[in-house]
Amino acid sequence: MRRREFLTLSAASIGGVLVYSLDREVFRLSAQTNQSVRIPLRFFTQSEALFVAAAASRIFPSDETGPGAREAGVAVYIDRQLAGPWGRDRYRYTEGPFEGNAPAEFGYQGKATPQQIYRQGLKGLKGFDRLKAEEQDDTLKQIETTLFFSLLRQNTIEGMFCDPMHGGNIDMVGWQLIGFPGPRMSNYDDVDKHFGEAFRPKPASLRQVTRRKVRPGEDLE
Amino acid sequence: MKTLPSVDVVIIGGGWTGLLMAKELGSRTALSVVVLERGGPRKTDDYGDDMDELDYTIRFRMMQDVSQETVTLRHDSSQRALPLRQHGSFLPGSGVGGAGEHWSAVCPRFLPDCFEVLSRTTEKYGSKRLPEDHAIQDWGVTYDELEPHYTRADLLLGISGKAGNIRGQQIEGGNIFEGWRSAEYPTPPTKIPYFSSIFAEAAKSLGYHPYPVPAATTSRAYTNPDGISRPGCTYCGYCETFGCMIGAKSQPTNTLLPVIQKHKNVSIRTGAWVRRIVHDASENKGSARGVIYSDANGQEVFQPAELIFLASWTLNNTRLLLLSGIGKAYDPATRKGSLGRNLTHQVAFSAVTAFFEKPLNRFMGSGASGIMLSDLDGDLFDHSKHPFLRGGALSARSARSLPISECGAVPKSVKSTWGSEWKKAALHYYDRTGRIGFSGEHLAYQDNYMDLDPVYKDHFGDPLLRLTLDWRENERKMADYMTTKAMELAREMGAKEVNPFSGLRSYDATRYQSSHVQGGAIMGSSPESSVVNPYLQHWQLSNLFVLGASSFPQNASANPTPTILALTYRTADAIVDRYLKNPAALA
Ligand SMILES: Cc1cc2nc3c(=O)[nH]c(=O)nc-3n(C[C@H](O)[C@H](O)[C@H](O)COP(=O)(O)OP(=O)(O)OC[C@H]3O[C@@H](n4cnc5c(N)ncnc54)[C@H](O)[C@@H]3O)c2cc1C
Ligand code: SF4
Repeated sequence: MRRREFLTLSAASIGGVLVYSLDREVFRLSAQTNQSVRIPLRFFTQSEALFVAAAASRIFPSDETGPGAREAGVAVYIDRQLAGPWGRDRYRYTEGPFEGNAPAEFGYQGKATPQQIYRQGLKGLKGFDRLKAEEQDDTLKQIETTLFFSLLRQNTIEGMFCDPMHGGNIDMVGWQLIGFPGPRMSNYDDVDKHFGEAFRPKPASLRQVTRRKVRPGEDLE
Repeated sequence: MKTLPSVDVVIIGGGWTGLLMAKELGSRTALSVVVLERGGPRKTDDYGDDMDELDYTIRFRMMQDVSQETVTLRHDSSQRALPLRQHGSFLPGSGVGGAGEHWSAVCPRFLPDCFEVLSRTTEKYGSKRLPEDHAIQDWGVTYDELEPHYTRADLLLGISGKAGNIRGQQIEGGNIFEGWRSAEYPTPPTKIPYFSSIFAEAAKSLGYHPYPVPAATTSRAYTNPDGISRPGCTYCGYCETFGCMIGAKSQPTNTLLPVIQKHKNVSIRTGAWVRRIVHDASENKGSARGVIYSDANGQEVFQPAELIFLASWTLNNTRLLLLSGIGKAYDPATRKGSLGRNLTHQVAFSAVTAFFEKPLNRFMGSGASGIMLSDLDGDLFDHSKHPFLRGGALSARSARSLPISECGAVPKSVKSTWGSEWKKAALHYYDRTGRIGFSGEHLAYQDNYMDLDPVYKDHFGDPLLRLTLDWRENERKMADYMTTKAMELAREMGAKEVNPFSGLRSYDATRYQSSHVQGGAIMGSSPESSVVNPYLQHWQLSNLFVLGASSFPQNASANPTPTILALTYRTADAIVDRYLKNPAALA
């Protein structure tokens, strides 16, 4: 069995900030603390998780437009996805023969699973978390056209905007950024009103809305 | 192999068509009916907590498990086909209710001339106007014959809309171009969200005739003729790729299943994966004897039956006939054989992605709420001046603005796809982006067809279905023209920037277009050129009926389900009124 790996994050970087966006205006509501949290990793080693966290936060940076991948916990989200059925390619047709050079219209035809693509891709990002932001961007530009990068980019967006039960979008920070309220059982009274103005109900997660302990797909099988 | 006692009727597949037939036979006869569905059971309560974009939209929780079974694709007969290893251009369903559970519920009827495209086009433009390699055929049934059955489908689902033509009388506000209807829609149109309403204004000012999308996301509480009550839609927005948590969207499990469950003569077996239809067929005559399926434990079971309905959606209908050796497989070189021919896929794309100044509140809406226009559909405009035949509908639906799928779309003027500049634009435009969709006709061509793949197998070891499919100039030119029209509309709507559709090149299996794939077991007037007669009865095996869009000789622009349901009703009548008295060929 492999050694248990943890990702240590400061509370300030995950969930210590609560941000509400009333149509893109960012408010910092809660004070920051100095405590840190140790999150057990399911797939990554600690250093891999740090590379992914750093790369995701160049893709979706924390900047003057508001929080980004770091605050949303994107690295934790990706770790869980990779350890789950998706990361193992449970849902893909994986019978051979494989055609390496297929035209793009046929979709990904390779043999490597998301787990393997990440593990391989991360070998090229050694020490990435210690680079300066511009150096990080240059490194990512060099791999921009790779399958690994396109997965990382897609997974970063997922981790920003998924339901928080999947480990990303902590405190619904992503939803607040864009004014998405999450699942709302009824918009009946509002759907044909508020024309031309932002209508931004306070976000709530699936578990909050349904009061059910919904099991995320990565925990199945 | 285990052999079970014989039953009167076996229905293969528990989606819209299979369960509608089960309901009709359960209610109108005393026959013993068994529905065999490969997926699991489903009920409305299962959807009480399904509003999770990641598991349902991104990871396709409700769709066919591609690791077990997929299709292969090539663009023409000279290529080697490759398997579609993940979901892409269409989304087959699985489980009770089939794709009817996670559909969008957009419910237009076909234009009357769609059933006679070959004769009408030849009459008007001469046969030289048709593409040389076309395989278009008339259906063998007309709109007038189908109208009463369309009306039954409208009533069954409680479709919301505004009629534009009641018995020939044109009505403003509805689709004035539609075929005649015998009655107004059962429920009024859905509410129209902001984005769709500005589309309606723009369309009017450009001289078009916009109307509310006919929707089975029902606008208010409704009780159908079977006594089934459903609540009105709450515009939660978790519609396409999800089941409806309150049963407002008409789905087989909330519309048909409750009726079926009242009838002791009908049972549904889940986990029953049909592998073969057993038959004794000579050249032109014979009968089906039953089906072989693998049950949930992997045990092979023979279920004998007197009457068999194949209702496993377009692709598996064709594949099961091919695997069972029923009928002659189509050969594009000789154009002999009819099984597998006329594969079509609705020409569907976002004609323009438009970026607005004001927020659109697009999280509110339903799969079918919105506005569409049919001025450029079918042959409603003169094609003598255009380099293509037929057309389609432009629409602005207010559906599917979930953030993983939609956040990140930015105007062309933003060059980056990640990093601060892109993020800023992505956040700004997330709720200021709307799409004008186009759904158009796909003509049938001699070299677009299905057969069995020689290389790739499913998890049982049976050959996968192979699609040979590509677009032709007719679709490409139609797409370009419609994109121009959509750009004009978007500008009239006040869009600040517009990203036009990049054009149809070769068939792209990675871009979701629609799940409206048809053909393979087409209907027609002779066994040489079709697989089933206009009652969907197999030409060779008179006790085998093949339901669903596999019977469409070519695609019409509109979404298929109302037509599929109307044809199923018509077949059910023919069975109950004629076939059961005299089990023979109906045509
Ligand atoms: C995302 C999406 C959106 C859609 N939106 C619309 C829309 O807005 N308007 C519209 O008109 N249509 C829409 N459709 C299409 C609509 O869902 C179909 O037209 C309709 O469900 C077809 O009914 P069917 O009975 O032929 O197939 P289905 O409803 O798919 O049922 C087929 C059933 O057969 C089962 N089956 C397959 N193979 C086997 C086997 N070997 N053994 C046993 N069982 C088997 C499947 O598991 C499935 O349950 C949409 C589809 C999708 C996927
Ligand atoms: S939008 Fe309406 S029909 Fe669709 S899932 Fe929500 S409540 Fe049901």
